[in-house]
Amino acid sequence: MKTSKITLLTTLGLAVTLFACKPKNTSNVVSGNSAAKAYVAPGQYDEFYNFVSGGFSGQMSVYGLPSGRMFRYIPVFSVDPEKGWGYSEETKPMLNTSHGFVPWDDLHHIELSQTKGEYNGKWAFANANNTPRLARIDLKTFRTAEIIELPNSAGNHSSPFGTENSEYIVAGTRFSVPGDADNGDVPISTYKQNFKGHISFVSIDPNSGNMKLAFQLRTPGVNFDLARAGKAKSHGWFFFSTYNTEQANTLLEVNASQRDKDFIMAVNWKKAEEYLKAGKGKKQAVRYAHNVYDDATHTSTSTIETEVTVLDAAELKDICYFIPCPKSPHGCDVDPSGEYIVGSGKLAALLPVFSFDKIMKAINDKAFETEYDGIPVIKYDAALYGEVQKPGLGPLHTEFDDKGNAYTSFFVSSEVVKWNVKDLKVLDRVPTFYSVGHLCVPGGNTVKPYGKYVIAYNKITKDRYLPTGPELTQSAQLFDISGEKMQMILDFPTIGEPHYAQAAPADLIRNNGQLKIYKIDENKHPYVTKNENDARVVRDGKKVHVYMTSIRSHFAPDNIEGIKLGDEVYFHVTNLEQDWDVPHGFAVKGANNAELLIMPGETCTLKWIPDRTGIFPIYCTDFCSALHQEMQGYVRVSPANSNVPLRFGLNKDLSQN
Amino acid sequence: MKKLSLIALTTIAAFIISSCGNSGNHESSKDSAANPEHQANTESYDPKRGEGKFDESNVQVGETIDEAMASKGEAIAGTKCLSCHKTSDERLVGPGWKDVTKRRTPHWLMNFITNPDPMIDKDPEVQAQLELCLVRMPNQNLADQEAREIVEFMRKNDSK
Repeated sequence: MKTSKITLLTTLGLAVTLFACKPKNTSNVVSGNSAAKAYVAPGQYDEFYNFVSGGFSGQMSVYGLPSGRMFRYIPVFSVDPEKGWGYSEETKPMLNTSHGFVPWDDLHHIELSQTKGEYNGKWAFANANNTPRLARIDLKTFRTAEIIELPNSAGNHSSPFGTENSEYIVAGTRFSVPGDADNGDVPISTYKQNFKGHISFVSIDPNSGNMKLAFQLRTPGVNFDLARAGKAKSHGWFFFSTYNTEQANTLLEVNASQRDKDFIMAVNWKKAEEYLKAGKGKKQAVRYAHNVYDDATHTSTSTIETEVTVLDAAELKDICYFIPCPKSPHGCDVDPSGEYIVGSGKLAALLPVFSFDKIMKAINDKAFETEYDGIPVIKYDAALYGEVQKPGLGPLHTEFDDKGNAYTSFFVSSEVVKWNVKDLKVLDRVPTFYSVGHLCVPGGNTVKPYGKYVIAYNKITKDRYLPTGPELTQSAQLFDISGEKMQMILDFPTIGEPHYAQAAPADLIRNNGQLKIYKIDENKHPYVTKNENDARVVRDGKKVHVYMTSIRSHFAPDNIEGIKLGDEVYFHVTNLEQDWDVPHGFAVKGANNAELLIMPGETCTLKWIPDRTGIFPIYCTDFCSALHQEMQGYVRVSPANSNVPLRFGLNKDLSQN
Repeated sequence: MKKLSLIALTTIAAFIISSCGNSGNHESSKDSAANPEHQANTESYDPKRGEGKFDESNVQVGETIDEAMASKGEAIAGTKCLSCHKTSDERLVGPGWKDVTKRRTPHWLMNFITNPDPMIDKDPEVQAQLELCLVRMPNQNLADQEAREIVEFMRKNDSK
């Protein structure tokens, strides 16, 4: 009797624990045919590419949907020894900043380039949150092609959102700080006087994709959080969410949550362009790095730019307007028609939906309730289309499908809620595991969403996978949204903390003229070796340049002598292969450096400073053929005063020279 | 009873397989995923001609060596071939080139160097060669004209 009582209690206790741990019962969430819906047979391709932020890894990862299979992660803001990113001489300049070489950053959001409000498959943009930068990833090579630093900024979070033809990618500063040209050595408590917000408008060349810091808007000191461009009818406008309109500088958790409403800032960027043309901008002396990778020379260059044009939003009327939005808004998302702007107050229990037409009318009628640091504040009711009542707790982000529905993530109540944009009625809700942040519907930020799936990027995985010690994988969850009810069909782990992600049809990306090899006859690298007969070693004072070739399965030269202590050795390795998927790797013992991973037809350079005399093996690190293990060689290092001559060769006895 | 559940399971499995096949999720990619080049169909292979776009009708060589063409071919071979092939009869990674034009027709050579993968899979003599060398000759993405020029260089090499 006693035993059974204990058992009963234990069972009850267990049940309670389980329920407390998992807010919703998982067993009824996944239904019978979900595996089939996410299944992509071996050898078959996925339907969508999913470009996912790598969060604090600083990288961007590429997945297939609906399988959730990861294909590649692309190094962007952090070094990646696997690919030599930030280690090879060619890529080091990509991570240069006005602070010098920065090996890490925190990548939050992805924006795919657009034409007429739809993805065009050319580029993905990404933001660095810590040392403020924007990156452009070329989707023909899946490599980072350009990185531009942002002056007057600190914490580039409100970025890299773009306009409907990618005219501009924006970068709004999370932290307001004194401007770079102002004296920044001020007491922190003078936030209200000295701290300013800046929003960068970076223009994109529609052909080359090249980025240029066109202008900055100087705004009152608040925190800028997220943003979306207007589209279709609202093209020409941009919407930014703000918080800390209290202008607190300490314990923001409490002090930036005082006001009932913060703002969404509406920006008339066409008007800003007019002011810029009319010469109303002020040129400021600043310093920021602009790094560009050249596909012909396989080499990047870093230039320090020294000037930016700034438009003052309080001085120049008709650019900026504030719209009150409840409780520290985070997401600020524009529906496919461009008419509805959804504000998501992190601490709110309702979702306000603003109307672009009403905002325009309010501006026209001057329906302002007050001014905030020189910026007109539109009356809440004059801008509001309506509120979604009791949607959930802690709304963060909203994406849209092709049927007039919105999907909003709720962090606190850990769920995705589907609601109708027109009548603001909640249609469905599903739990996420756990604490969802961003959402992605393929094309969900464009004028023509593809619908079909919504992916939830979760902040906490807890017990969803086999445990791996204190540090657990991050995770995403895939829901089928083709029916009336959302249906969870897959969990998949992700790299770093996945913030925002976008997904585009596979054919749009894979038929965009993707590069398979670098054509060897178009290789303009200054240290290229196009012919094995030209492989050589050249001494230039203390610098030794090794012009090396690699092909299955040998290096030329593979025996090198006459290197001396105190030398700087540069291995310029050209991969002579011209076949897809035949990279060669290169590594040398003891190098305080990474490997090289050299694509067919590419030239990469590894710098090596030998620290002792002796024989140093080199070898190919990427399995290339049945004789890959034979792809190796030796470098002899002699004392500084040695008279061993510089000599090299392949398949010959150096001492016979 | 056991039998019944087995039948039920089989039915479910069949349903999953068929519903997956009919899902229509990825029509666009069905045709393109697997590499058709590697699905060897040796029945129609002609070892005299090789496999590719070249045959007697579209490859003609002159009585004498076209020196200009041969020297272009030598330059291309320097970048794309000679890391692995010697011009003598000595094997390096692949076999030496000496007398290759006496063993092979010009159009067979052009097919092989522009389209190596299917020929390595199908040609019995090339397979025998692979057993010796153990490295599949890479596709070096030669243009048609480049392939022709390389053959001219091989002819010149054999005329010495």
